[in-house]
Amino acid sequence: MGNCRRLDVGLFRLQLGFPEQTFSVLTKFLGEWARGGKMDPEMYYGLVTIHGTVLVFFVLTGGLSGTFSNFLIPLQIGARDMASPFLNMLSFWFFAIASVVMFSSLFITTGPASGGCTSYPPLSAMKEASMGTGLGMDLWLASMALFVVSSLLGGLNYIVTVLNMRTKGMSMTRMPLTIWAFLFTAVLGVLSFPVLLSAAVLLLFDRHAGTSFYLSEIFIAGKALPNVGGSAILYQHLFWFLGHPEVYIIMLPAMGMASEILSTHSRKPIFGYFAMILSLIGITVLAFLVWAHHMFVTGMSPFLGGIFVLLTLLIAIPSAVKVFNWLTTIWKGNIRFTPAMMFALGFVSLFISGGLTGLFLGNSALDIHLHDTYFVIAHFHIVMGISAFFGMFAGIYHWFPKMYGRFMNNTLGYVHFFITFIGAYVIFWPMHYEGVAGMPRRYYDYSNWESFKQFADLNQMISVAAIIVFFAQLIFVFNYFVSVWKGRKVTDPNPWKANSLEWTTPILPGHGNWDGPIPEVHRWAYDYKDNGEGGDFIPQNVPLREGEADDHH
Amino acid sequence: MSGLLLVLLVALIFVVLYQVARSSEMVARIQGEEIFDKRRNKILAYSMLVLMVAFFVGIYACHQYMMPLMAPIAASDHGKNYDFMFFVTLVVTGIIFVLTQILLFWFAFKYQRTGDKVPFHFAHSTKLELVWTTIPAIAMAVLVAIGLKAWFTMTSDAPKGAMQIEIIGKQFNWISRYPGPDGVLGKRYFTNINDQDNILGLDWKDQKNMDDIIVPNGEIRLVKDKPVELIIGSRDVIHDVGLTHFRMKMDAVPGITSRLWFTPTITTREMKEITGNENFVYEISCDQMCGVGHYSMRAVIIVETQAEHDAWLAKQQSYYAQNHAPATPAAEAPKVDSSKNITMNIK
Repeated sequence: MGNCRRLDVGLFRLQLGFPEQTFSVLTKFLGEWARGGKMDPEMYYGLVTIHGTVLVFFVLTGGLSGTFSNFLIPLQIGARDMASPFLNMLSFWFFAIASVVMFSSLFITTGPASGGCTSYPPLSAMKEASMGTGLGMDLWLASMALFVVSSLLGGLNYIVTVLNMRTKGMSMTRMPLTIWAFLFTAVLGVLSFPVLLSAAVLLLFDRHAGTSFYLSEIFIAGKALPNVGGSAILYQHLFWFLGHPEVYIIMLPAMGMASEILSTHSRKPIFGYFAMILSLIGITVLAFLVWAHHMFVTGMSPFLGGIFVLLTLLIAIPSAVKVFNWLTTIWKGNIRFTPAMMFALGFVSLFISGGLTGLFLGNSALDIHLHDTYFVIAHFHIVMGISAFFGMFAGIYHWFPKMYGRFMNNTLGYVHFFITFIGAYVIFWPMHYEGVAGMPRRYYDYSNWESFKQFADLNQMISVAAIIVFFAQLIFVFNYFVSVWKGRKVTDPNPWKANSLEWTTPILPGHGNWDGPIPEVHRWAYDYKDNGEGGDFIPQNVPLREGEADDHH
Repeated sequence: MSGLLLVLLVALIFVVLYQVARSSEMVARIQGEEIFDKRRNKILAYSMLVLMVAFFVGIYACHQYMMPLMAPIAASDHGKNYDFMFFVTLVVTGIIFVLTQILLFWFAFKYQRTGDKVPFHFAHSTKLELVWTTIPAIAMAVLVAIGLKAWFTMTSDAPKGAMQIEIIGKQFNWISRYPGPDGVLGKRYFTNINDQDNILGLDWKDQKNMDDIIVPNGEIRLVKDKPVELIIGSRDVIHDVGLTHFRMKMDAVPGITSRLWFTPTITTREMKEITGNENFVYEISCDQMCGVGHYSMRAVIIVETQAEHDAWLAKQQSYYAQNHAPATPAAEAPKVDSSKNITMNIK
């Protein structure tokens, strides 16, 4: 699980919160990189870079889309397995190798890549520019290339499975919203990841083959480089052409799972099923048309910037529709506060908070001040970091019974929820203020800055909160692994009384998912209503009653 | 030792938590799952109300703590515009924020499970969906309109008569260049750079370079109420000229020249009085990750009156004279503190 990898946060937050002090624990973890208990700036930037890369790509992309697509798509559409189990396996092993390569870069003498998780050239292109731009950067690029391959193999498999393997009666408009979300996630990935691969290949050429795709007119380490005519900005266009869709690759699965969980535990149909699908489509299309809002201050044409402002703020509309639909879904519901439901509610709260700050950053006239400050850190950590994590946690608590035939411990789940939810706001809310005051991101130490040093106490408080929240994640890890073997056993094949097909399999589905024939689907996935026998739900495989129509639209 | 104790303490907390968690399952079994679940569901529903109250109280407390630490009022024309726009966006998003967060927590509390009631089947309403597609659309249109107006103003061409100052980033400091008496910055090219006597790579065949003044620590002196255009570049990797107090920033990209203009409206001395901080300075922060010294890439801006500026300028010696003119005794390239240098005749 990704939680172990958040250890790096603990380490670099120590530096940010306590720039003056030394910690022997740092020397224990980092050795030469923290002589005398004080972290080397080179290592600080290395950790920040690996933190961003690992969490965005390996934890949130791998953990949400990678894990849940493979798990839920066959179960929820009524298929025995993915369309190509072989591609599935290849995707898994490419992911594993990519993870090993990325992780190994922490242990080399020159340290991991340290140019930030965006790895902008020329900083990432020339060994002279930074120590991490040596072997560490090559490993970063190799790992990302392997990750892209994994992601493409997985994505193609998801699309093919959803389009071709649905059981009888499972029309597209009867699919649970989770499946819609996974489908569009895969579409986003398949269309945008190749562009990142091309960016990485060109960067490798610049690094080792003497080309000048990104390099021009550079004087470094006492000499002028021969490269002219390239554009450092080209890389940013290529990177963000993936980078922005990537945000939605992370968000869509979380949205889909939250929709499913909010509906199930409110005992109400999801409100505006078609509006939800339309907003997914809207987000998917717009995701490809907004990338340059990450580049308002690169000196690009102001007119072009204006177009991107317009397109960026447009994305707020489908997002708002989703929020209002979630609120209406729980309105007049009959809510069971399972841990999954708590996390789904937390997801909505965080998505609202983090989404709204996007309206500041998407507007270039405000971004020109807020760009690359802690306002950005607060914004994206809340919306695609914590909020996506909440979607993932909700999914894990909800489908754990399907994965292992046991429940996770509820009490630990609630403790985990409250500490994480409150902690997330304590950590990230004040960062908005730091950003409005102009405090730049990716600084190792602020104490020499007249404009930013007043935040020293605050940074210390944030560090303490972050370390507490880190330990709270261990509660989750602990709960997870203990429950796999010791958790309360599931006795009812449909413990949440949900409608979708995965709960019609045996408690622990074997190879092929269903023992007998695959069930046929007769109704949409959210038929929470009086079933005429005192129940409040009608699963998808129950035939329509006489005179009843599948009339959710 | 204290490290070991800390580890023990954390381990202990985990053991206690686990025992509590297990016993809660046991209690559930003894009391009967259903009754236990009902009671717990009720407590959790009330926790939603508590969370909501704590949330808004926390936001208020945070606001009270943070406001005295914030950056002072904007010190430029664009900055005032920015502050207004920020306020408008804050009001629009603030209303949506408060409304939706309250509804979320309130609904969660209000519609907690009460027995097996027949669910309220409400799956679709075209009217409602149209309403909440239209309202955000209108709000967005307003924000885009205000935003683009401000954006096109601040990215327009600098007004005639604006001061031109070049600022170049390198790992890890800024270098600034003033055009000198001829008012024109001469040509420069990266192959001419050397760290001894031509740090910006000025082309000495270009006569316009002869009077250009270079300040190697990047200090920039601006005149109150006089527009200034910054010509921005980089020697090595991407940097970013971050001007917090003027509410602007622009990347410095090798091989590309970017520009930025604004009109400073408050002098450094006036700002010291406004903030009550004797040490106040306008700072340029590097806002784009540029390597291991990124956090230390700082330069100072001084906003002064025209008279003060002229007096300062009169004391400056051109970079060429400092480094190349044989007559100058300052061949060792005296650096920043130009007040001690021999004054040049600048007409």
